[in-house]
Amino acid sequence: MSSPHSPMAPPRSFLWSRRIFLTLLTGFVLLPVYVMVSSSLKPLADVTGQFHWLPSELTIRPYIDIWSTIPLARYFVNSLIVAGAATVCSVVIAVFAAYAVSRYDFRGKRVFTVTVLSTQMFPGILFLLPLFLIYVNIGNATGIALFGSRGGLILTYLTFSLPFSIWMLIGYLDSVPRDLDEAALVDGCGPLGALFRVVVPAAIPGIVAVAVYAFMTAWGEVLFASVMTNDTTRTLAVGLQGYSTLNNVYWNQIMAASLVVSVPVVAGFLLLQRYLVAGLTAGAVK
Amino acid sequence: MTTTAPAEQSVDKTPSGAAHPHPRRRPGRIRRIGLPYLLLLPALLLELLVHLVPMVIGTVMSFKELTQFYIRDWGAAPWSGLDNYKVSVDFDAPVGEALLHSFLVTVAFTLLSVGLCWLIGTAAAVFMQDTFRGRGLLRALFLVPYALPVYAAVITWVFMFQHDNGLVNHVLHDQLHLTDKPSFWLIGDNSFWALLTVSVWKGWPFAFLIVMAGLQNIPGELYEAAALDGAGLWQQIRRITLPSLRPVNQVLLLVLFLWTFNDFNTPYVLFGRSAPEAADLISVHIYQASFVTWNFGTGSAMSVLLLLFLLVVTGVYLLLTTRGRKPADV
Repeated sequence: MSSPHSPMAPPRSFLWSRRIFLTLLTGFVLLPVYVMVSSSLKPLADVTGQFHWLPSELTIRPYIDIWSTIPLARYFVNSLIVAGAATVCSVVIAVFAAYAVSRYDFRGKRVFTVTVLSTQMFPGILFLLPLFLIYVNIGNATGIALFGSRGGLILTYLTFSLPFSIWMLIGYLDSVPRDLDEAALVDGCGPLGALFRVVVPAAIPGIVAVAVYAFMTAWGEVLFASVMTNDTTRTLAVGLQGYSTLNNVYWNQIMAASLVVSVPVVAGFLLLQRYLVAGLTAGAVK
Repeated sequence: MTTTAPAEQSVDKTPSGAAHPHPRRRPGRIRRIGLPYLLLLPALLLELLVHLVPMVIGTVMSFKELTQFYIRDWGAAPWSGLDNYKVSVDFDAPVGEALLHSFLVTVAFTLLSVGLCWLIGTAAAVFMQDTFRGRGLLRALFLVPYALPVYAAVITWVFMFQHDNGLVNHVLHDQLHLTDKPSFWLIGDNSFWALLTVSVWKGWPFAFLIVMAGLQNIPGELYEAAALDGAGLWQQIRRITLPSLRPVNQVLLLVLFLWTFNDFNTPYVLFGRSAPEAADLISVHIYQASFVTWNFGTGSAMSVLLLLFLLVVTGVYLLLTTRGRKPADV
C-alpha cells in the first residue's frame, strides 16, 4: 500500500521514535523464539545448568529423542485430524450461516447473531463439566462415543471457532456485491449454486482468514483437551506435558518438540497472513 | 452443485450471460422462507449442543450440592438452593475470600494486559503504516507470537523463567547484577509480572493485526486534506488516525477484555494446576475449585457469577460506547 501520509518526508522525531520502538519490540518478540531454537540444539547438560546464550556444541539429538520420550507422532496425528476436521466443518457451517444472515431477511436474525456472539463471553470452565456429562450421556444412550474420542473434540472445537467465524464472514459477505449473486440467480443457479459458484470464490480472503483462525483455535486449546481425551486420542496441547512430568526435565527436547509442533501453524499462518489482513479489513473492522 | 438447483431451472439452462426468456423466476414460497433457516441449522444445532445447553445445565448445577458422590448421576444430587452462591460470596469465609482475591487479581491483570496489548499493537501498526525497507519481514515476525500454539509459546517462557537455568535470571542477576540473588518468577509475588509479560507478548499481535486492518479503511483524502491544512505527521496521527480507529477499538478492546478475562490456557501452562496466589486468575481458580476439590456445585455457582459479571460489564460498555452513534449492525 502506498503511503497514506503527506508527501513530505516524515519528521526526524517520527523516524527516531519508530526506529527505537520497533527495535525494542523486535527484541521482545524474538527473545523466546531465539531461546526455543537455540535450546533445541543444545545437549542436555547445557539446559540443566546455568543458562548460556550459545550452545556449547550443536546437536540434533533432541530432535531424534523427542519421538521416543513420548509418543509424539501419535499426538501429532491426533492434533492434525482434530484441527483439520474442525477447520473444514467450521468453515463450511460458518459460510452457510453467514450467507443466510448476509443475504436474507428472516425472523429471529438479530436474536441469532446476538446469541452467537454472546457465547464469546462464556467462561470455558462453566460448560466444561456439563459438556462432559452431555457427551457421556449421549454415549450411553446412543453408543456414539463422544467422550474421549476425536469426534467429541472436533465437535467442541468447531463450535468454539464458529461465533467469531460467522461474525467475520457476515462482514465479508456484506462487502461482496449483491449484483453478483443476483446475476447468478438470473442465470439459473439456485441459491446454493449462487453461493458456491459466485459468492464463495469472491469471498476467498475472508474464508481463508476464518480457516486460519479455526485451525489455530483447535491446535492450541488446552482445557478441553486435558479433560476430554484419553491415552490414544491425546492431542499435542496435553501430550507435550509428558516431557516435564518425568524426573528429569528435558528442556532441550521440550524446546525441540515445541518447535516441531509450531512449524505447521506458524508457516501456514505466515503464508496466509495477507489474506487474514484482507479478510479482517473487509469483514471484522469495517 | 447442479443437483442443488431446482429441477425446473436446470431444464432450460442457458449459457451464462445469454439473454434469458424468463428473467425472473419465483422459487417456491416455502423454499424462500425455509432456506435461511436451513442454512443456519447446523450452526444453531452445534451452538445448542456445545454452548447453550451446557450453560443451562451448568446453571442448574449451581443450585445443587454436587460433590463427587453424585457425579455418576448428577440429577440425583440434592437441591441446595442458593447455598453455593452464599458460600461463593461470603467474603469473610476462606472460600469467598479466596474468590474475591482471585477476582481482584484477574481485574488488575486484565486491565493491564489489555491496555498494554492495545498500546503496543496500535503503536506498531501506526509506525508501520508507511512503507519502509524490511516492513513486510517485520510484520511477519510480529505475528509469530500470535501464530505460535499457546502451549509451545508459554512453555518456552516457563523455561526462561526457571530459577536456576532460565534466561531471565541469567540476564538480570548474572549479567546485569540487578538482583542480589536469583529471583523466583513462577511462585510468589513475581508470578503476577511473569504472567503479565507472557500475556502481553502473546496478545499484542492480535491488536496489531486488527488495528492494521482498520488503518487500511481510513480514506487517503483525509490525510491529504490535513496535509494541505499544514498538519504535520504527529498531528495527522493524533487528529485523523486515532479518531478514525474509534469503531475498530470499540470492538477490539471488548474482545481483548473478554478473552483475557476468561483466559485459561496461559496461566494453566505457565503455573500448572495450582496457580500462585499473586497470579491466581479466576478461570484457573474455578477449575481448581471444581476439579481439584471435587465440588462442582460451588464451581458452577462461581462460573455463573463470573458470567453475570461479564454480561454486566459488556452491557454497560456497549451502552457507553455506542451512545450517540447509530446502533452498530451486529
